[in-house]
Amino acid sequence: MTRHIRGGGPLVAALAAALALTACGAGGRDSSDGEAAVADPGVTDDTVTIGGTFPLTGVAAPGYSEIPTGAKAYFDYVNEQGGIHGRQIEYIVKDDGYNPTTTSTVTNELVLKDEVFATVGSLGTPTQASVADYLNDEGVPQLMVSSGSLQWGDDVENRPLTFGWQPDYESEGKIIGQWVAENMPDAKVGLFLQDDDLGEDAEKGVRQFVDDQIVAVERYTSGNTDVAPQVSGLQAKDADLVLAFNTPSYTALSQLVALKTGYKPQWFYANIGSDPALVGSLLERFSEGAVAGSSAALDGVMTTEYIPGIDSADDPWVELWQQVWDEHGDDGELTNYRIYGMSQAYAFVQALEAAGEDLTRDGLVEAIEEGGTEWEGPQLAPFRYSADSHMGISGMRVVELEGGVGEPLTDVLVTDIGDAEITTDDSGQADDAPPEGGVPTS
Amino acid sequence: MRDRIVSLRRHVLARHLFLALVGLLVVVVVVESVSDYRNTQLASMAYLGIAAGGLTVLTGINGQISLGHGALMAIGAYTSALLLPDRDATVPLTVVVLAAVAVTLVVGAAVGLAAARLHGPYLAGATLALAVAVPGIALYFKETLGGEQGLRVVMPDIPVWVLDAVFFVTGQDLTRSRFTAYVGWLTLIVVFLLLANLSAGRTGRRWRAVRDDEVSAELAGIDLGRARVSAFMVSAAAAGAAGAILAFTVKLAAPSAFTLTLSLTLLAAIVLGGLGSLAGALIGAALLTFLPSVVTDIGRNAGLSDIQAAELAPLVYGLVMVAVILLAPTGIVGSLRSGLQRARSRRRTTSPTTTSKGTAS
Amino acid sequence: MQQFFNTALTGLTLGMVYAAFALALVLIWRSTRIVNFAQAPMAMLTTFVALVVIDAGYSYWLGFVAALVSGLVLGAVIERVVIRPVEGKAEINAVILTLGLFIVLHGLAAVIFGNRYRSFPAPFGLEGLTVGGTTIALNGFGVFTIVSVLVVMGLLVALFRYTDVGLRMRASAFNQEVARLLGVKVGAMLTLGWALASVVGSLAGLLIAGGSLVHPSYMDSVVVFGFVAAVLGGLDSPLGAVVGGLILGVSLSFVSGYVGSQLVALAALVILMLVLTLKPGGLFAQAPERRV
Repeated sequence: MTRHIRGGGPLVAALAAALALTACGAGGRDSSDGEAAVADPGVTDDTVTIGGTFPLTGVAAPGYSEIPTGAKAYFDYVNEQGGIHGRQIEYIVKDDGYNPTTTSTVTNELVLKDEVFATVGSLGTPTQASVADYLNDEGVPQLMVSSGSLQWGDDVENRPLTFGWQPDYESEGKIIGQWVAENMPDAKVGLFLQDDDLGEDAEKGVRQFVDDQIVAVERYTSGNTDVAPQVSGLQAKDADLVLAFNTPSYTALSQLVALKTGYKPQWFYANIGSDPALVGSLLERFSEGAVAGSSAALDGVMTTEYIPGIDSADDPWVELWQQVWDEHGDDGELTNYRIYGMSQAYAFVQALEAAGEDLTRDGLVEAIEEGGTEWEGPQLAPFRYSADSHMGISGMRVVELEGGVGEPLTDVLVTDIGDAEITTDDSGQADDAPPEGGVPTS
Repeated sequence: MRDRIVSLRRHVLARHLFLALVGLLVVVVVVESVSDYRNTQLASMAYLGIAAGGLTVLTGINGQISLGHGALMAIGAYTSALLLPDRDATVPLTVVVLAAVAVTLVVGAAVGLAAARLHGPYLAGATLALAVAVPGIALYFKETLGGEQGLRVVMPDIPVWVLDAVFFVTGQDLTRSRFTAYVGWLTLIVVFLLLANLSAGRTGRRWRAVRDDEVSAELAGIDLGRARVSAFMVSAAAAGAAGAILAFTVKLAAPSAFTLTLSLTLLAAIVLGGLGSLAGALIGAALLTFLPSVVTDIGRNAGLSDIQAAELAPLVYGLVMVAVILLAPTGIVGSLRSGLQRARSRRRTTSPTTTSKGTAS
Repeated sequence: MQQFFNTALTGLTLGMVYAAFALALVLIWRSTRIVNFAQAPMAMLTTFVALVVIDAGYSYWLGFVAALVSGLVLGAVIERVVIRPVEGKAEINAVILTLGLFIVLHGLAAVIFGNRYRSFPAPFGLEGLTVGGTTIALNGFGVFTIVSVLVVMGLLVALFRYTDVGLRMRASAFNQEVARLLGVKVGAMLTLGWALASVVGSLAGLLIAGGSLVHPSYMDSVVVFGFVAAVLGGLDSPLGAVVGGLILGVSLSFVSGYVGSQLVALAALVILMLVLTLKPGGLFAQAPERRV
């Protein structure tokens, strides 16, 4: 039997040597961290390295995988003009396949191996939830999470380094709910919800205003592409106004099923699922099957808007994005997802600018909390950033889609979570234009 | 005769214990000498390794296939998450792991009972359905199991005596990721020790007999159903422990972590390493942990876009999986072993060849 | 009532698609005793071929034919190059091999075609048919789906029961040695089996894609449900595959509509376990259970 342990000999010797070495260092444990004036990770005199995780593969990749390409194009644009305070922005993008386990792995890689200064724009509710505590524990700012869940900013005490960016789903639900209560008080409302934070938070908001108008609630599971049973459920209860909180592919799927079952309610898709360009391109081919082609596919559908999109080509912001994309983009067209990424990148550049020459993580967080509400940018309504709230954009307007263009039905309405009132925005954010050169200055 | 068998068994046990000890030393040296980032990778490798170890016992030694081990890991992970909801949780990690194992064992027994009647493609089909069904349960019982977003796992603070003990031995402060790596690898060593002993003993011989020839196994008085169910339970228990380590590492139990891909990944791990060998399972786990980032970097450097580079990793290990089955069906360990044996038999043709199947190392 | 009816009809159409997929699995099982887990990505790949043809401006039907032809070739090539070496070896090797292929084809399609959603046209109207003034959840393409799957099933039954080639294929699958002694060109038969199965699989892919969205993972749920359908039917019987597909499609549609769409996969598992507990060889197992 002895031959089985042959080969172990040298290994054991090596181990013994290694042990002897390490043992020499043993003694009492040192409890104080020698904290000197060391720069935060990811910052040098001429660079700042940030990271982000996105679904570049898998079922969530379509559409969403374009967001970082937009952000990257804008950072390149800024870098070309000399960067911010002399620092070039290096953006490391990792794929997590929309799988929280992978998010945890690649975020670890960003923090420990790439030593990023902060994560910016990382996407997804379940995915970012898996690393929120980790990033806060490690002291890495988790900035401008691409998701409308309330978690990104409503709990500053426990997650002091986490910031949202887009309007949260509850506020959106409230704005939509109030609009329906005021303008369609007799409608029989059906809710079509994605079965996660998106649907849940939104339902909370909507119910504040139209609780008694709701006749049916149907939930679909993301990943299950057969939504016929859910749409049939709405139809069976005779809902004539469907408020849908879903991702873009489910907008297309629900439209196809409605066509099949002859269901013709008024559709109201939340912003997240209403990208006319994407949905239109998805439905385009079915024009022979009597679905109106491309951008007209969603004609008459209502939705909301919080940044100018590809449909308003004359908007000075969209003109800037087009220029950025033409100069620094990869292959492909400028899309609303890329605009989303650029708008987010713009806000981060504002934060960098505001944090000043001596860039530290604490300084950056402080700068966002202090000045965030004042920043002018592509967003139609101001940010809510303060020492008490890290929530992002405060509002949006209701629009009706016509030929792929959103015709405003309301002014920009702003609100907050809980029972905060809905008011008309008076900041003038919706009418501003980008500064000369396209890079924010403080 | 009996004495000889007893002493032989003692030898096997002693050998396994010795290997476990060596393994422990290697773990300490490696964990202490690499960065925090590598340590989280090591922790991932540990849970893949534990689950693959369990699966290799089932598939390689007992001949049953399971495409549903991801689901069993989910059960272990959710059990851990329920026990570690916040910082105030007082359940020691050892108890958490044991609880995860116990719950998964019960589920494994139920699945195993149903599975024992099935074979080949029917078994593959049933376990495949299991793999996709279990995450749905977590979505349905949103209140308790957290839905899509899953349950957070809050690791308790590292006990002070552990901090002191580790510092005394190694002279370094124990970071959290290093701690997780230790927990993972200690669990792996314990699980592998148990698995190795079971496979080398009478139970293992029965499992193999059932795999090799059902009819003769039955003639020899082996209860086929019992052998199958027990193999499934042992394998499930290992998956449960793996689930617990996954929960500690990822700090989250969410349905999207336990996709069909995870189950297939485990199968890939045991195939790459070599069916039926615990060392092979470990090598497979190592490949799956370290290969993707290497391949992605190569792809990116070769000028592929982020998106294409990200798709490259699954493509490569799919190709490796196909190539291994076609070119080296015994896996990496099997090929090495047969290579060694050939060399050895050439060297000493006269000595009688003892037939030790050497399932563990 | 209308909801009940529409849910049943949707389930029926969906069930037919599962049936088509199950038929492909049955065909391969009959000819090589292998379950082809790579069936779904193979079909996905050929659907993308059709999409490329249609995108180039050709008609839907040309794309349709292109998909079927490329399916035929793909099936034959995969059998010859990849599957041949493991035929007759341990069952588990083949299972793992096809799972490996699953991963490879998936990655390949994502690298070549990208992983965004794309719409796939349908040759018939997508609006529901009108019966007695109400619109029912069945459109022209749905009718096409049902009819074409029934036709394929009929052809397969006829192939195995009444033709010489069908008999040879079965013989080669059951016992290669004996078949060879009887003068059957076993190798050719196996290749033919895979090629035909791959054509049927491609058809299933086209039926699922028609009037809906495709991306490299669009067939993934069908892997599980089509497979469950085939196992329900006993893996050996074309009729069983269709019946299994229908049972599954309709029950899952009701579970999704009335209980919760999260439990669809669990329902599939329950149905499968119930059937297998009562009849371990599936509903349409022909031979008494064999001990292998």
